[in-house]
Amino acid sequence: MLPFSFEWIWDGGHLLFHGALWFALNVIGIGMTYCIGKAVYDTLKAKGSRHH
Amino acid sequence: MDSALIPHGVQRCPLSKFALAVAVVGAVLLWGVYAMLLVWIKGLNQTNMNNYYGFALWIWADLTIIALGGGAFFTGFLRYIVGIKELKNIINYAVLIGFICYSSALLILGIDVGQPLRGWFIFWHANVHSMLTEVAFCLTCYFGVLTIEYLPLILENRQIDRVPFFHNLGHAMHEIMAVFAATGAFLSFFHQGSLGGVSGALFARPFGFREGIFVWPWTFFLFTWSAAACGPCFTLLITRITEKITGKKLVKENVVRLLAKIAGWMLATYIAAKIVDTLYWAMVTAPSKGFDVMFFYTGNSFYGIWILILEILVCGVVPAALLITPKWRENDTLLTTAFILAVLGVCINRWVMILQMLAIPVLPFEGWALYIPSWQEVATTILPIAYGVILIMISYRYLPVFPQEVELNPVKE
Repeated sequence: MLPFSFEWIWDGGHLLFHGALWFALNVIGIGMTYCIGKAVYDTLKAKGSRHH
Repeated sequence: MDSALIPHGVQRCPLSKFALAVAVVGAVLLWGVYAMLLVWIKGLNQTNMNNYYGFALWIWADLTIIALGGGAFFTGFLRYIVGIKELKNIINYAVLIGFICYSSALLILGIDVGQPLRGWFIFWHANVHSMLTEVAFCLTCYFGVLTIEYLPLILENRQIDRVPFFHNLGHAMHEIMAVFAATGAFLSFFHQGSLGGVSGALFARPFGFREGIFVWPWTFFLFTWSAAACGPCFTLLITRITEKITGKKLVKENVVRLLAKIAGWMLATYIAAKIVDTLYWAMVTAPSKGFDVMFFYTGNSFYGIWILILEILVCGVVPAALLITPKWRENDTLLTTAFILAVLGVCINRWVMILQMLAIPVLPFEGWALYIPSWQEVATTILPIAYGVILIMISYRYLPVFPQEVELNPVKE
């Protein structure tokens, strides 16, 4: 549930539960994006150095 | 035939033998899938659940495998956060077992809800006053974390590792694994606890109800504690079984005994807290609700005081003593016995906190409501075990699960 959903209420319960959920999902998402990005960068870099 | 996929420096059985073993376990798996389809197509009338047992065998299996899968989060916490280097030799297997346990738990929940297509309702139409909402959130996120922790192991397969992108991805994931492990430990702490909190918060069921701190009953902390204690014991027990089946030493004894020692101290402190909790409940909480403690253990044909003694003394105090005493820990038979008892203990604890609690009458005109699961419930509970065995077989054959295997089992040319 997101704050723009009609069921959303600005109270401690919603903030705590959904805040923790979105925090965890963000850590996982950002972590994986970093890993994929770094893997792409390292792969391209290695390819580039082989060409030279 | 599949030798190009098998890790370097290890020996595996012929493919035909492997395929036969998978087929045998696969037959059990298909039996479970058949029962699962019956439940999904015909509905929950295929079970023996009723108005007394809204939670039944599946929820017991769920809570038990989640506790047993706790080896992944606790070993990960010890390896990446505390920094115990020796545990790198068993962390892969702990993650694999955790992955199997949590995917199985989600599968069982998918069967149990009766209408899995509406599974997403719990995230979007969340009841923020329910501990089970927190469990659903944390369980799903933690399964994501376990998948991320398992992925680098898959990427280490000989053929996959040859692809530069996958090779680099595996390295990048290893680099920040501590972040994922910390997230996993955070999520696990809360969902393991909330599963215990559910029974502890039921004030209309004095058998399960406990006092606590803020919104958390004591069972919240006891469940997390027991998972951290018994989860590693399960990992070590499965390692022992794998070694027996393969006829190889896969993890060095110093690693096994180190994790066993840590699990032992966790179990010893847990069981001490559990004894204090039980005594307080028996002498203060239950009487304050108008119940004599023996009421919960008499008047029926199954649940007697034996189950309390079995859980706390035989499967709690005994394995804790075996694991924390160096002389006994050095003895292989006693060590394996301790693992079995600890695992059995957490299974009984979850059974008691779910099924015994529901069996006990709560109204003066009610009797004990005992329950025997239908074959469909049994088959769908065995299904994850078959799935787990197959995944372990495939992972062991094609992935470098045990880093010390090559050193411990040099291949003769």
